[in-house]
Amino acid sequence: MIDLVGYGAFFLTTALIFSLITLGLNLQWGLTGLFNVGLAGFVAIGAYTSALLTTPDDPARLGGLGLPIVVGCLGAMVVGGLAAALTGFATLRLRSDYLAITTFGVAVVVQLVALNAQTLTGGPFGIGFIPRPFGGLAETPLLFNLTNLAIVLAVTLAAYLALEHLAHSPWGRVLKALREDERAAVSLGKSARFYRVQAFAVGGAIMALAGALQAHFIGFIAPDNYLSILTFQVWVMLIVGGSGSNAGAVAGSVLVWAIWAGSGALTSVLFAPEQQARAASLQIVAIGVMLCVILLVRPNGLFGQRPRQVRFGKKAKVIAGESGS
Amino acid sequence: MSLQFIVDGLLAGSMIGLGAIGVTLTYSILRFSNFAHGDFMAWGAYATLVCVGAIGALFGKVAPIAPLSFGWPLILGLIVGMAFTALLALLLDKLLFSRLRRQEQAIIVVMGSFGASMALRSLLEFVFTSRPTYFSRAIQIAMPVGLGIRITPDQIALLFLTAALVLGVHLLTTRTQTGRSMQAMSQNPALARIAGIDVAGVVRVTWVIGAALACVAGVMIGVLVQIRPLMGFDMLLPMFAAAILGGIGSIPGAVVGGLIIGLAEAGAVQLIGAEWRAAVSFIILMAVLIVRPIGLFGVRER
Repeated sequence: MIDLVGYGAFFLTTALIFSLITLGLNLQWGLTGLFNVGLAGFVAIGAYTSALLTTPDDPARLGGLGLPIVVGCLGAMVVGGLAAALTGFATLRLRSDYLAITTFGVAVVVQLVALNAQTLTGGPFGIGFIPRPFGGLAETPLLFNLTNLAIVLAVTLAAYLALEHLAHSPWGRVLKALREDERAAVSLGKSARFYRVQAFAVGGAIMALAGALQAHFIGFIAPDNYLSILTFQVWVMLIVGGSGSNAGAVAGSVLVWAIWAGSGALTSVLFAPEQQARAASLQIVAIGVMLCVILLVRPNGLFGQRPRQVRFGKKAKVIAGESGS
Repeated sequence: MSLQFIVDGLLAGSMIGLGAIGVTLTYSILRFSNFAHGDFMAWGAYATLVCVGAIGALFGKVAPIAPLSFGWPLILGLIVGMAFTALLALLLDKLLFSRLRRQEQAIIVVMGSFGASMALRSLLEFVFTSRPTYFSRAIQIAMPVGLGIRITPDQIALLFLTAALVLGVHLLTTRTQTGRSMQAMSQNPALARIAGIDVAGVVRVTWVIGAALACVAGVMIGVLVQIRPLMGFDMLLPMFAAAILGGIGSIPGAVVGGLIIGLAEAGAVQLIGAEWRAAVSFIILMAVLIVRPIGLFGVRER
C-alpha cells in the first residue's frame, strides 16, 4: 500500500513536471501560435544551468558553485528565457516555418554541447550529485517522494495561475488578437514581433524551470534525457489536452504520461528483456500515429480552442494542394 | 590543412543537396517544411538494402563491377528503393498531408510531419533495430589524385550520379510542361489553378521527385558511411539549412547550398573536430536568416 502511494507520488511528480513544460509550450503555441520543435533544448538549458549553479565544486569540470536550489531555478529561467528570446528575435520576422527549423537547430546544438563540452556539461555521462530539496529525507522514500510532489505541485500551480492571469491580462489579449487577426492588431499599434518575442521568452523560461526542477528531483542529468522524443511527448500532451487551454495542457500531460508509463510497464511485462528496445520503439510509433490521428480527427483536443489562423511574417499562405481559395 | 576536405565536403554536400531538393520543392509547392523528409532517406536506404538482400538470396553472390564495391544488385535495388520511397511519400500524402492541408493551416501540416517522422523512424528501429548495417563490408583503397587528395572509385561514381540527377531534375523543372506547372504552383497557387493546371498531378510529381532523390541520398550514405534508422533524422538540419541558404524553391540553390554546407562541415571537422560537425549547419542557418533570409538564389515572395 505504502509502495503504491510512493509510486503514485513519483508518477504524479513526473507528470506535473511534464505539465509545466506543456504549459510553457501552450503559451508559445496555444496562445501565440509559435511553433517550437526544439523544446527539449530549452528544457536541457534549464537543467544544465541549474545543475552548474547548485552542484558542489567538481575539479573535473567548470562550475559547481554550490548555490541554493532556488537560485539555480531562477538562473535556469533567466538563461532559458534569454535563449528563447534570442531565437525568437532572429526568426520571428520571417515565415513561421523558419522558427520551427531554428528551434529544431537549437535542440541539436544544445545536444551537441551537452555531449561534447565535457568541461562544462560532463559529456555523455552527465552531471551527478545535483542537490535535491529536502535531501535529508531520502532515507524515508515515501516522505521524500511526497515532499517532492508537494514542491512540484506548488510550482506547477503557481505557473498555472500566473499563466491564466496572463492570458486574461491586456498582454494576453494582445497575443490572442495577434493570433486571430494580425493585421487588425497591428493596425491598433501593437508590435507583433515584440509581443511574440516576449511570449516565446516566457515560454522558454517556464520550460527551463521545468528542466531545473526535474534535475533537482532526479539528482542526475545526462544528454540522453533531452532527445527529440521529449519534444515529441510534450507536443502530444498539448495536442491531446487541446492547445490554447492551460487546464487542457495539464490534463493532457497527466493523461499522456499515464498512457506512456502504462504501456511502458505493459511492454516490460509482455516482452523478453532482449526485445525491450524494439518494443519501446513500437511504443513511439503508436504515439506518433496517435498525434497524427488527433490532428486529423479532433484538432481541438479535449479542452482546446484552436488558433484559427497562424499567419505572420511575410504572408504565410496556406493555399496548397487540394485546398484552394 | 589537407585538401582532402574538398572531396569529403563535396560528397557530404551531394547527399545534403539531393535531400535539400526535396525539402525545397515541398516547401515551395506544398508550402510546408517536411520534417519527415529525412526519414524518406532512411526508408529508401533500408528498402534498397532489403532488395539487395533479396537479390543475393535469389542469385547467390554477385561479383561487384570492377573497381566499385557494388554490382548490379545495388543499382537495381536503388531503382526499386526509389520507386518504393516515392510510393511511401504518396501514401503518406494521401493518408495524412493532403487531409491536413485541407485544414488551411500550414503549421498543422508541419506538426503532422513531425509526428509522422517520429513514427516512421521508430518503425525502422522496430523492424531493423538501431544497430548500423552496411551494403558491403569490403574496404576500398583510396587512390591518390594529387595535392594530397585521395578518392575511392565508389566516391567518384556517386559524385557523377549526383551531377547527372541534379542536371536531370533541373532540365525537368525548367524545360518541360510539368516543370513549368510546378513553377506556376509555387509562384501563385490560386492563379495556377485558374489557368487550368492539374494541381493534384503537380503535387504527385513533387512528392515523387523529392522522395526518389531522398532515397538516392540515403543509399549514398549507406554506401559511404553506414545505414542506421537515425541517419535521415541527422540529415534534417543540414538539409533545411541548405534549402534556406540556396533560397526556397530554387533547385540549383538547394544543391549549391548543400555543397557549401558539406564543404563547411568537412572543413570544420578538420579544424575543430568531428564532434562539432552538426553545429556548422546551425551557424550557417542562423547567419542566412539574419543576413539574407531569402537565400542566395531566392526570390522575394509576392
